[in-house]
Amino acid sequence: MAGPDQTSVDAEIAEWRRRYEKHVADGGARAHHPDRAYAAYHSTALRHPTQPLVAVSDPEALELSGPVFGVTDVTDLDRDLTRQHAGEPLGERITVSGRVLDRDGRPVRGQLVEIWQANASGRYAHQRDQHPAPLDPNFSGVGRCLTDDQGAYSFTTVKPGAYPWRNHENAWRPAHIHFSLFGEAFTQRLVTQMYFPGDPLFPFDPILQSVTDDAARARLVAAYVHELSQPEFSLGYRWDIVLDGPGATWMEEGR
Amino acid sequence: MSVFPTPSQTVGPFYGYALPFPGGGEVVPVDHPDAVTLHGVVHDGAGAPVPDALLEFWTGGGAPGSLRRDPTSGRVLGRDGVTLTGFGRVPTDADGSYAVRVARPEPYVSVCVFARGLLHHLHTRVYLDPDAADAAFGSLPAARRATLVAIPERERVWRFDVHLQGPEETVFLEFR
Repeated sequence: MAGPDQTSVDAEIAEWRRRYEKHVADGGARAHHPDRAYAAYHSTALRHPTQPLVAVSDPEALELSGPVFGVTDVTDLDRDLTRQHAGEPLGERITVSGRVLDRDGRPVRGQLVEIWQANASGRYAHQRDQHPAPLDPNFSGVGRCLTDDQGAYSFTTVKPGAYPWRNHENAWRPAHIHFSLFGEAFTQRLVTQMYFPGDPLFPFDPILQSVTDDAARARLVAAYVHELSQPEFSLGYRWDIVLDGPGATWMEEGR
Repeated sequence: MSVFPTPSQTVGPFYGYALPFPGGGEVVPVDHPDAVTLHGVVHDGAGAPVPDALLEFWTGGGAPGSLRRDPTSGRVLGRDGVTLTGFGRVPTDADGSYAVRVARPEPYVSVCVFARGLLHHLHTRVYLDPDAADAAFGSLPAARRATLVAIPERERVWRFDVHLQGPEETVFLEFR
């Protein structure tokens, strides 16, 4: 029996988009995050809760605080993914930088940013990645840094390649970098993916398209900023991140 | 609230070489006077174990130093066995199981669940005392409330399974 193909996935993507547009037209709230039940990403089927989430509004909730990170958790090497091995990785050298903010636009300071990505050929340094593209002995694809006092982060890396996956026949992920972020509160925790502008795979990818709101989806795409490119060295991308969820109420601007 | 948030995306299947760290489940040392071990299995809606979930635990009261890096090589060292960071992070094993050692919670441990196939992480809690869960979630049916309560197995060891979906689906939380 033939499995799902791109045509059937396209139809699922279009159906969820129709549903969302009707929801908004009927006066429903805009959705900033994907629906966990999003069907075109087939692995959601048995992995999303069907009961509504239970609301907690306790101002004393433990989740309004969160883990703390500091100088012992990262080194300067960690933010440069091109200098973690004896030689240089293959690929297009890039920098990715931006700011981490909360819903009020305040900088998230001193918090941990973790990234992981495929190499320039679209292969992860992970045992379970069986894509027959070459591994790069000079690239692990893992980085970490702490945000500074302005909430800024920066990584030097190589542009990851697109790669195939098994959601459906001829499924390809657009190039992306995985990001993991902590705010001042555990409620602000975020794991997401950053994409590169102008990627022709965007409309075919059910993971990106799971963000059915056009404006929200656009916030997952970095901007190429020529002023951030370094002559004879690297291309510069900018991506700002806004953490959702209630923050720590004691947090004052200018702390 | 004035700025729109960055959408969530799934952690995917390949976080395993990036996010877990040595001693990630040892939130307190084994000889901590109030140490308890929580362990269990993450299940999907068909009851099958989820071998590629990542669980994070937050108990509060933390100091920096969960990951710890060698300052000269950048290598991840993990826990130093002394600093109480309050933070745990463990991937599930091939059989969907996990284990974490925390200080006995007063009254709960906060848990964040990530997995391939989960587009947006889920928050839940582990209570050891059913009365504390009843006090916090009295409006929920008793069977639902019970999904937040760990089951004592033996001295200092408690069982807490996570069901992402299905008849035993865990109560997941949203914060306002």
